[in-house]
Parts: sequence; C-alpha cells; structure tokens
Amino acid sequence: MSVEYEVVIGLEVHAQLATESKIFCDCSTEFGAAPNTHVCPVCLGLPGTLPVLNKKVLEYAIMAGLALNCEISEYSKFDRKNYFYPDLPKAYQISQFDLPICEHGSIEIETEEGKKEIGITRIHMEEDAGKLIHEGSIDKSTGSLVDYNRTGVPLIEIVSEPDMRTPAEARAYLTQLKKVLEYLEVSDCNMEEGSLRCDANVSIRPVGQKEFGTKAELKNMNSFKAVEKALEYEVERQKIVLGRGDEVVQETRTWDDSLNKTISMRGKEEAHDYRYFPEPDLVPMEVDKEWVKELSDSLPELPVEKMKRFVTAYGLPQYDAEVLTDTKALAELFEEGVTAYDDPKGVSNWIMGDFLRLVKEENIAVEESKLSGELLGKMLQLMDAGTISSKIAKTVFKEMFKTGKDPETIVEEKGLKQISDESKIEEIVDQVISDNPEAVEDIKSGKGKAIGFLVGQVMKETRGKANPGMVNQLLRDKLMD
Amino acid sequence: MELYDLTIHELKERLVDQEISVTEVLNTFYERIDQVDDSVRAYVSLTRDEAYQRAGEDLTGSLAGIPLAIKDNMSTEGIKTTCSSNILNNYRPPYDATVVKKLKEAGAIMLGKANMDEFAMGSSTENSGFFKTHNPWNLDHAPGGSSGGSAAAVAAGEAAGALGSDTGGSIRQPAAYCGVVGLKPTYGNVSRYGLVAFASSLDQIGPITKDVKDSAILLNAITGHDPMDSTSVKIDKPDYTEFIKEDVKGLKIGLPEEYFSLEINSEVKESVLTAVKKMEEAGAIVEEVSLPSAEYALAAYYIIAPAEASSNLARYDGVRYGFRSEQASNVSEMFTTTRNQGFGDEVKRRIMLGTYVLSSGYYDAYYLKAQKVRTLIKEDFDKLFKEYDLLISPTTPTTAFKLGEMSDPLEMYQMDIFTVPINIAGIPAISLPSGFDSAGLPIGLQIMGPHFGEGKILQAAYTLEQLLNIKDKRAKVEVSK
Repeated sequence: MSVEYEVVIGLEVHAQLATESKIFCDCSTEFGAAPNTHVCPVCLGLPGTLPVLNKKVLEYAIMAGLALNCEISEYSKFDRKNYFYPDLPKAYQISQFDLPICEHGSIEIETEEGKKEIGITRIHMEEDAGKLIHEGSIDKSTGSLVDYNRTGVPLIEIVSEPDMRTPAEARAYLTQLKKVLEYLEVSDCNMEEGSLRCDANVSIRPVGQKEFGTKAELKNMNSFKAVEKALEYEVERQKIVLGRGDEVVQETRTWDDSLNKTISMRGKEEAHDYRYFPEPDLVPMEVDKEWVKELSDSLPELPVEKMKRFVTAYGLPQYDAEVLTDTKALAELFEEGVTAYDDPKGVSNWIMGDFLRLVKEENIAVEESKLSGELLGKMLQLMDAGTISSKIAKTVFKEMFKTGKDPETIVEEKGLKQISDESKIEEIVDQVISDNPEAVEDIKSGKGKAIGFLVGQVMKETRGKANPGMVNQLLRDKLMD
Repeated sequence: MELYDLTIHELKERLVDQEISVTEVLNTFYERIDQVDDSVRAYVSLTRDEAYQRAGEDLTGSLAGIPLAIKDNMSTEGIKTTCSSNILNNYRPPYDATVVKKLKEAGAIMLGKANMDEFAMGSSTENSGFFKTHNPWNLDHAPGGSSGGSAAAVAAGEAAGALGSDTGGSIRQPAAYCGVVGLKPTYGNVSRYGLVAFASSLDQIGPITKDVKDSAILLNAITGHDPMDSTSVKIDKPDYTEFIKEDVKGLKIGLPEEYFSLEINSEVKESVLTAVKKMEEAGAIVEEVSLPSAEYALAAYYIIAPAEASSNLARYDGVRYGFRSEQASNVSEMFTTTRNQGFGDEVKRRIMLGTYVLSSGYYDAYYLKAQKVRTLIKEDFDKLFKEYDLLISPTTPTTAFKLGEMSDPLEMYQMDIFTVPINIAGIPAISLPSGFDSAGLPIGLQIMGPHFGEGKILQAAYTLEQLLNIKDKRAKVEVSK
C-alpha cells in the first residue's frame, strides 16, 4: 500500500542590501575589488574596534518589511552569533535573534491552483562573512587564503513560513520575492555575485498528519532552477527513505549541480550551539513611527499593484500585464512608450514581441538596451503616417534597440522611406509581371495564392519600401478582374 | 620633592612658566623608570624614541608635555598592544584608540605601555602573561589589578598620570592598593573605541593620578561623544576642573550598611569611617542606607563578564594576527592549539565559564538571570541617588595582599566586592587614599555617584583630599640594585 505524502517547504533567503558602504563601517561594498582592499580595522574585527550601524541598512530592511506586509518592530536589537571559522574575523556574526526588525509578513504568489499567500516569519539584518579560497582542492589543499572584502557587507535574511507545498511554489515564491526586492531597489538580487542566496527546509508527511516530518536543510543552490531541482530531488529521496521504512535524518545537505543530487554535509550531532546573546557594543534600536510612515509613503509601486493597474488603466490582457511588470525596467519602458504613443496594446505587442526577443538574443538586461519608450512611440507614429511599413519598422526597431538613434534618422540614413508614389510602384509592378510569366499564368488560371509571390517580388525589388497595400491593389487591378 | 613626584597640574605650571622643558621632564621620568622599574615592573614596553620625538614637536593643549603611562589594552598605532597576553605578544594595531588620539591632541606624551592582568582579568597583575608588577609601597605586595601597571607607575613616580580600564574595579582597586586616585567614569562617558574588549557592557577607561585635581584634568581630555562608539553618550561636556573646590556643605552622603557589615579589615573600616566623619564635620549629611541587591552583584558579574569575554576573545584564533601555534595539521587544530598555548589560566577559566553560561541549555538559568539581577542593582542605585548625592564605602575589603598569597581564584574575586556593583550599574566612582594601615600600606575610599555625576564625585573627593592632608605622601620604592 502506498502512502500519499504532503510536502512542506520553507525558505531562508539572504539578500545583500544595495548600500554603498558596509553595515558597521564605511568601507565600500563594491563587488569584484582586489582581495582585502575594501577592509578597515572595524570590518576586520581588530581588537578594540566597535561596530556603528549604517542607518541606510535599517532603512532598506524596513522598506523590505513594509513591501512584504510585515510589522515593523518599534524596539529591535542586534545579537551575537558565536562560531569559529577563518572567514569570520570576530568569531561571531552580528545578527538579530529574538527581536528581528520585521515580523509576520506575507507575499502573494501565483500557483497552478491560483493565488496563494505565503507567510513571512521574519526579516532580520546581519553582516556577511568573508570568503575562503583554497589552494588546490578543498580536501588536499596546501593552504587557504581569506578575502575579507565581503565581511560586514549588509544582508537581510528573509525567513518564510513552511507554507509551500511543491518545488514549483518555492520557485514562484523566490521569483516574486526577487521581483519585490528589485522594485524596491534595496538589493540587486544578483545570484551570480551572491547578492541573493537561498537555503531551503524540506520535509514530507503523510497527508492528514499534523506534525511536521523530519526536515533536511538544503544549501548551495545558485539559481532558481537549482532550487526547484534540488527540492524535487530531495522530496523524492525522502519518499524513498520513508517508503522503505527508514527515518529521514535531520541534516544539512548540499546541492551538487553537476551530479544533480543533494549530498549530506553534516548531521544533527554536529549542530551548532551559537551561544546567542545581545550585542553589547550596539545600543538597541528604537524605530521612530513617523520615520516608518515616511518610508511607507515613499515606497514605489510594487509588482502586483502595478500589474493590476496595467490591466485596469490600460485595458491590457492579464498576460501582457504580467510580462510587462516582470521587471521594473520593462514596466517603465512600457509606460514611457504609452506616454509617447497612446495605444497600450500596440506598445505592449512591440515590447513583448520584438523587444524581448532581441533582449534574449543579445543576452542582455532590459536596462542595457538603448531603446526608450519615446523612440518606440515615434516609430509607431511613422508607421501611422505611412512613412514606413510594418516590415520596415522591424528593421528600424532593431536599429533603435542597438544604437538608440531616432527612428526618423534611421529611416533617413538607411533610405527606408516607404514608396507610396503610385507611378513609381506601377513601373516596378509591370516589370515584375513581365519577368514572371508563369506566376501570372497561375493567377489567371485561378490560383490566387500566386499573387503573394508577386507581391514579394515587388517588395524585394524595392527592398521592402513599397507600400504593400498599394502593391497588392495594383497587382489585383492588373491581373484579376 | 623630586620632579617625578609632581602632579600633572604642578608639572603643567612649571612647563608653562618654562621653568623646565618637555625634554627635561622626559629625562626625569625615564631616569626614574631606569632606576626603579626593574623592581616595580610597571611597564610592558617603553616608547622612548616616540616620546622624545614628540618632545620636539610644538605641543599645545591641556596636557602639553605631560608624560603618561597607558595600559596595554588600549590600541596605539604601530606600537605593540599586547593586553599582557602571549597571544598578542607581537600585535601592533594599525590605529589609535580614541582616548589615545585625544591625549595626543591634548599634547600628552606616552612613556610606555603599562603591565596588566592578561586581558584585564584579575585583581593583582599576577595574571600578566609576561611578569608580575610589584606594589611600590612594598615590593612584596601586589599592586592590585588589572590596571596594576598603570597604578604602580603613577605611585612609583614612573609617570605623571596614567590611563587604566575598569571592568569590575580594575582602576579603583589598584589605585587603592597603590595609594593613588583612580576614577571609573560613567559607562558611555569615555569612548571605548580602541580599548581591547574584556566585557563590553562593563568596560570603561579612566584616569589614575596622584591627586583628585589631576583626575579632573585627565577626565576632561578623554571624555566626549565618539561617533566610532555607539554606546558613547551625546551630552554636553562639562569642565570637570570647575568641580575642584572645597565644599561638601549640605551634601547628602549614604553609607551602604551591607558594605560595612561585611567581613572587612578593621583598619580599612576605621580609616574610611574617620574620613567620612571629617566630611560630616565639614558640613556633609551622612546617613546609613541599604543597598539590598548588592550582595548578588558579584555573582551576576562573574556570569556577565565571562560571557562577554568568551565572545570578545574568540577572535584570537591565530588566523590574522598575534601568536599562531605551529603544532597543527588543520584549521580547527590550529584554533585550539593557538588558544591553548596563547592564553593563560585565568583567561581560559573565564572563557570556559562564559561559554558554559551562554550555551543553549544554560542561558536562561545563568546569563538571563544575571541580567535580571543587573536590572535590580541598577534600580537600587537609582532609588538611592534620588535621595542621596553620593555613596561612600571602602574601595577594597583589605589593603594590598602579598604577591602569591591569593591562590584561590574565588578568594581573589572577593576583592572586587565593593567595586563590581558600580560597573554593573554603569555609574561613576572614584577611589582615593584615606590613610595607611599599620604596615604602611595605603587604604582606599570609594565615592560613588549617579550617572554622569563625575563632577559631584570629584568635588567631594577633592574636599576630602584637602581634609585628610595625605596627598603628598609618596611611595618610597626600595630599589634593589
């Protein structure tokens, strides 16, 4: 007999805050600097140094909390989390334990069964540790080097409730969370640079059982795809373990992308006792209500609200609105376009079609393209005026995308102006008719389709510049009665 | 009187009047050091070259040309800062502690770094990782601790004044044993930036001087808000020398009955009560008061201080600076052997104690309970200071004990019984000599005040100093060679 299991997933997401300086000193947080160049006595934890909180970190954490419907704690404090590791200069991490800055929030995700709310347990602030670089392989290393540039880089840890029931939901949650943080501009959420890191807690239990099953903690998943794959693997693994009558062991497992499986890192018996206690070097934070209100009032429009507004204000289909609000930059491009040219669906089609295709082809970020909404609007006006055909428009669009040049300049420079001079088109039409007797024969014998071929020939002859309507009409006039 | 016997303000007068030059002053003190420090052993290192170089500069400020000793747990740029520990025996900080910077700005000259109990843990300076310091009044006796080197240097004429640090009495107790004046300021009044932490929530830097007026002068130079220390308080900085006046009329003084009913040396008790009597005759109102929670202060202290110390001292792991054991084949062994070989017994004892009381199963029973006791003690003091201006007690239950005499650490901890509650409550207190016992050893009297009551304390101490008329009595160091 087979038992049906329910999957329980909770995520812990670390996001690097986009501040210019570190959390407790004014060293730069810039990525990619030469090792140990962005360090000072404070972030190196030299004897006698003391941390002083960067207020921007608190501000960004509160903004994230507000956007994720959290309660913002009026009284909050930092704690020390003690453990030894060569990349941790003070041998403790300054973090928050029992009084995090934000609690009891939620985020809405789309699932196959519709909308679902995922609870956010807490958001807390903490400092990052450094980076170890091993010479040779980790097990046979001849030496290890430490880069402390990352130490003291500000992070928020966003802990979800165990509300997700499928790996796909976990991925949807992450996607939505990333979108919110990006919209707020509190984090660049770059997973490759480690600005967004995710750990997952996963367990399974027989359907109907109230108690949670024994969980495994998954680490080291470096992409959304990896999170979903790791969770899928882990759920199956646990089902097999339970299926053969064994028990799931509480442990930390790491995802190996090349092997496509999770591997045990350390068991529970090695679980740490971090000996948390209040950080005596930092005074507790009393967060001013007025300030929170100011921050709340100044929050940008968030993805879900924006999506809804795109449907109602512009009459866009839900699908379009979702695609266009996927990133803040894309949504901004659309709104600029609509301001320049009052046809939301038309603007949307160009962005969702040619624009996103080019972005994908060029493998660049939306922000990196040279296209602006204003240029798109101008191009659409040129189409309306009959200056360019829709076909030519595609060429113009590509050029705008790459160079950011004005569409009129492009048309001028490339000689793309549509030919609407009937006598000139007629000349070419006549030429094409005489050059293609077989096609003409076909049309005359009733094979109307062949007209398309002749239109194509005319367009080819004019390098796409002939007014297609006119070409069609002339051919019909001359060959069909 | 010899030049080295002069107080800071007496030296200052002569320097201002150009009776003597800064170089002459330095010559005098270094000659004295050469003469007696082989016997006293107050200094861990001397900074002769730097000092003479400074003497050549155009020194201005309230301490221009004044030679001082600095306890070796305050960071000095490029100059060894060892905390009298083998684990830091080669450590040279790349920055100055805020107090060191302030003293430099005030024109003071550092003669050298003073010996101490390792990482400020101890009450005798016998726990120095390098050597013991001797009491200048009787070389067989301990100078007290942990600022034993600083107090002995001042008492022996090896410095005009000194800075010490006080976590549970480490300025006041050695000041009492060495017959000098030691002031522990209000927590937050002097920046701790650059003070190598023992117990962050208790540590405070303060002056050790030959008389009360010097104490006010040094305090003026080192107080004030420091943006590098978020626990440093933003208040208007008073001129503490304005409180150097003889007047105790109408001052309400409380004598905590719990203190006097303890088993204390009768000569100490009598000396303190006689001094109090003189203040009463000078117009002070003296009453017995009750400080019921004081008896728990020591217990709470020996939970909180080791807890914080275990965390603060975790950074000495051999990775980045200081001593590193060569006898290790991997990282975790390197941590362990480095710490095992680098730390002395008392430090190890407190690290283990602290680690234990913070560990997850015991946190509530010990650390949390101790914090609650701490709140009660604070409340007790607050209540008393609503009614009384100051409190007076002996600084220590006995006069300086013999070196090697105190072998049981618990017995040693009892030496701090009168000083510890002040650190627990974060309030200021001064120790000044009230007389001598039959063996000729100094007796210390402690005056305690409310938060930021340093001015009132200094005024009462100065008045008492005038009434007692023993301030010019200096230790006659028996030089062995």
